[in-house]
Amino acid sequence: MRDRGLRVVELRTVTYVSGPLLFIDHAHGVHAEEVVEVVTPDGEIRRGQVLEVDGAKAVIEVYSGTKGLDLATTRIRLGGDSARLGVGGGLLGRMFDGSGQPTDGGPPPMPEEFWDVNGLPINPAARRYPSEFIETGISTIDGLNTLVRGQKLPIFSGFGLPAGELAADIATHARVVGAEQDEFVVVFAAMGTTAREASFFRRHLEEGGRLNRTVLFLNLADDPTIERLLTPRLALTAAEFLAFERGMHVLVILTDMTNYCEALREVATAREEVPGRRGFPGYMYTDLASIFERAGRLHGHSGSVTQLVILSMPDDDITHPIPDLSGYITEGQIVLSRDLHRRGLFPPVDVLPSLSRLMNAGIGAGKTREDHRPIADQLYSFYAQGRDLRRLIAVVGEGSLSPADRRLLAFADAFEQRFVDQDGRRPLTETLEIAWKLLADFGNDELKRIPPDMLERYRTDD
Amino acid sequence: MTSAPRRPDTPAAGKVLRVAGPVVVATGLDRTRLYNVVRVGRRRLIGEVIRLSGEMAVIQVYESTGGLQVGSDVIDTGAPLDVELGPGLLGQVFDGVQRPLRTLAADDDHPFGQPFLRRGIDVPALSEREWDVRLTVSVGDEVEVGDVVATVQETPAIDHRIMVPPGRAGRVTEVCNGPVMTSDAVIWTDDHPVALTSRWPVRLRRGAKQRLDPVTPLVTGQRVVDMLYPVARGGSAAIPGGFGTGKTVHEQTLAKWSDADVIIYVGCGERGNELAEVLEEFPRLVDPRSGASLMDRTILIANTSNMPVAAREASIYTAITIAEYYRDQGYDVAVMADSTSRWGEALREVSSRLEEMPGEEGYPAYLPSRLAEFYERSGAVEALGTPDRHGSVTVIGAVSPPGGDFSEPVTQYSLRLAGTFWALDADLARRRHYPAIHWNRSYSLYELDRWFDEHVDRDWSRHRAWALELLGREDELQSIVRLLGADALAPVERVTFHTGRVLREDFLQQSAFDEIDAFCPLAKQFWMLAVIRHAHDLLVDRASAEDVDAAELTSSPVLAELGRMKLWSPESCEERARELIGRLTAEVGTA
Repeated sequence: MRDRGLRVVELRTVTYVSGPLLFIDHAHGVHAEEVVEVVTPDGEIRRGQVLEVDGAKAVIEVYSGTKGLDLATTRIRLGGDSARLGVGGGLLGRMFDGSGQPTDGGPPPMPEEFWDVNGLPINPAARRYPSEFIETGISTIDGLNTLVRGQKLPIFSGFGLPAGELAADIATHARVVGAEQDEFVVVFAAMGTTAREASFFRRHLEEGGRLNRTVLFLNLADDPTIERLLTPRLALTAAEFLAFERGMHVLVILTDMTNYCEALREVATAREEVPGRRGFPGYMYTDLASIFERAGRLHGHSGSVTQLVILSMPDDDITHPIPDLSGYITEGQIVLSRDLHRRGLFPPVDVLPSLSRLMNAGIGAGKTREDHRPIADQLYSFYAQGRDLRRLIAVVGEGSLSPADRRLLAFADAFEQRFVDQDGRRPLTETLEIAWKLLADFGNDELKRIPPDMLERYRTDD
Repeated sequence: MTSAPRRPDTPAAGKVLRVAGPVVVATGLDRTRLYNVVRVGRRRLIGEVIRLSGEMAVIQVYESTGGLQVGSDVIDTGAPLDVELGPGLLGQVFDGVQRPLRTLAADDDHPFGQPFLRRGIDVPALSEREWDVRLTVSVGDEVEVGDVVATVQETPAIDHRIMVPPGRAGRVTEVCNGPVMTSDAVIWTDDHPVALTSRWPVRLRRGAKQRLDPVTPLVTGQRVVDMLYPVARGGSAAIPGGFGTGKTVHEQTLAKWSDADVIIYVGCGERGNELAEVLEEFPRLVDPRSGASLMDRTILIANTSNMPVAAREASIYTAITIAEYYRDQGYDVAVMADSTSRWGEALREVSSRLEEMPGEEGYPAYLPSRLAEFYERSGAVEALGTPDRHGSVTVIGAVSPPGGDFSEPVTQYSLRLAGTFWALDADLARRRHYPAIHWNRSYSLYELDRWFDEHVDRDWSRHRAWALELLGREDELQSIVRLLGADALAPVERVTFHTGRVLREDFLQQSAFDEIDAFCPLAKQFWMLAVIRHAHDLLVDRASAEDVDAAELTSSPVLAELGRMKLWSPESCEERARELIGRLTAEVGTA
């Protein structure tokens, strides 16, 4: 981020410092939500944002922490403006820290404009409904939970599960059939991820030859916590510029939103707000929405912003407020399973709780294939029944199963081994081919979800 | 909305004292009233006074408050938050405080014609255009409040009735001559104009001559709804469900296929793309009854999750006020609110900024009374004035319980108020059983059996009772099978178990995306169930009379035909049902 405009006021009236917050007095002329500079006693400059103004007082959150601040000599510089990012074509191929400073040794990119990082809500009437299929090369996503351009799809992961690997695979392999691939760019924002994960991701993109079509914003695990509130907003501002000013198709990867939410909680606690579930603030839904809703396509603009959001479910609990509130905002979810991971399957996607809400718009005749929807429904139906039977035989043993039940049980195993598990990129045609092979053991009258004419056309029993 | 102060006194000007998120505290507004609309700051952001305390007025602001300063101006408009009512509402998309979103998005020449919503926009809700007016009164007539004085063909299906607003009863002294513009008067009573459009405060319910009992169903074409758990016209329904259980698809399906005259769809704190879907899909769909585009009977109120939270709170009232206005014209209106939980959260967010004492789960203690105010604005009424008009407002509220846990406050209070409860089940959704409405946990308190028996078939209510009982029985059998396997069941129970599955898969499951199955007329629903019951009775007879293998019995090939009934065309369903009943009797009925 770059400085802009004249510094109008400088205050030296800090009255109270605690946690990430700083309170000032005689704060006349402070604007709600404006960005300020905090000058430490040592002359270091930190950035902060006004959270509340109340008469002559103001509350400021300091992005890089309040360590080393004092009451007597700490100075606050007011600029009267909201947080902004200098946007321009020069962002591509660059790496920044979580507050937007370049960390790749290069100079700050030449800004063409300064955009408010909070963005503006998209007028729902100006949205184009997402309907272009993105082939990720992952069977469980392409075949059963299809991603489309302009969608926001989170990966619900757990600590130690390979969500990062999955996201990196998608970022390198994703393509839209029939589109110019150089319009496709990746914006990667890391919030509190380890240096290992960040460098893994960078290396992956480099090997895939996509690094010069990527913008990285990295707030690492040992970087300031509160800065994480800024990082995804910087990334999305960059993405909106590239998409809606430059007509590019931007895939934004945000990882890990759990760290973001914890930073949000830290600020809320420091302000002594009434806590909601598990101590997270009551406005977390609205706050997350202000991030996740910055995806989509617009009428009259050719670009798109697609979000792939990684979040770790604490204790693998899908009802935890973070995955729960996210699931209410995003258009589906990809859920990773510890059980599948333990059994060595990659990607360990549990398809039963996974969902893509925008799938129907992106598939079918003319987009993917006419049998896509029915075959997905059929796989879901059989796999759900097979999984139930697994629980049942744990109680009654396999002996009491009917032949039909045995086939469902075998199907569930084969589905995991041959469909879920994969090594390398798999085009959709291959995914559908595997699906038909998995159904070969079943009679036409058992394939209730598939219309007879499609059975005739696509069935490949041999 | 709020553009002009209604009362002639000079607007009071105050100053901002405090800004915390959507809440602003101002001083110097000593003459303002509770719920008056104010304009805040240089950008004239819209706000509403929600508390008066000494010299201070607490204001919830319907737009982002970033950039406001202590000392910024606050202007009292002297009027409460209201909506503009008149022809031209249908087919429109408004935000929570009735700003016309399509006008803002589509018009490139307009200073706000942009894909992103800027702040401080002030555009009239109804655009100015010419309307052909048919007068129903003449000079010299005496008119009362609520009397229809003129009609305007708003869309092919809706004849918009202009009614005398409060305070304008009297003798007609002049009438308009020829077409009028949106902002013009149509008649004058005692020399005061009665305009084509009127305004109404959103938090005030519109009056009626009397409330009527809800005795007619809102037909939705959804089997699980109409057959098992119907909602009455003028009633209310709650649909709670965790994410991914299909609340939104269900709300949209009802918006498409319900036989209401006017649909008001409120996207309250939900996804922007869902609204985009409605906007792309509805204009293309044809209303089966009127033959016109579905968009012609639909009004969308869109306050998506990322739009300002206070306007989300207002959006519900904006919707229900517009609904009451069409009800008073004599129409059946359905309000789909997706989702009331987001509205509750907006209340909670504002309440916590006011530092009110929190009640259950941080919600303010007045949550139940606010929810009640909303649900109780549903109802069937006899409208004020002449001619006699009966209209209704049906409220269908989606609820998004955190973690899918129905014990949370918004779900519980909604259940207390709504007459029909459709319980969405995460497990059903995971199995792709849609609509994922759980048959044993839902209920409907409306007594509509008589209507169905009289209007569809006299066996309707008997079949319905049979299906409910069988589904309950199957549920019990499920738990036995889960422990002991299907072999543990007696032959007759095996048949019940089998029929339960047929009911679930071949009757209750219904694809919202299949061209034929998306809408199932009542007659087809009846015949489908009649066939299933017939097959069941035959199987039970066989299983109890002879020593036959129930598994073999239920695998008779003709039974597979039941799975294809969904795709029968509505026109030929009775004929095909009778034919299938004959074949069942022949092939299953005898050894």
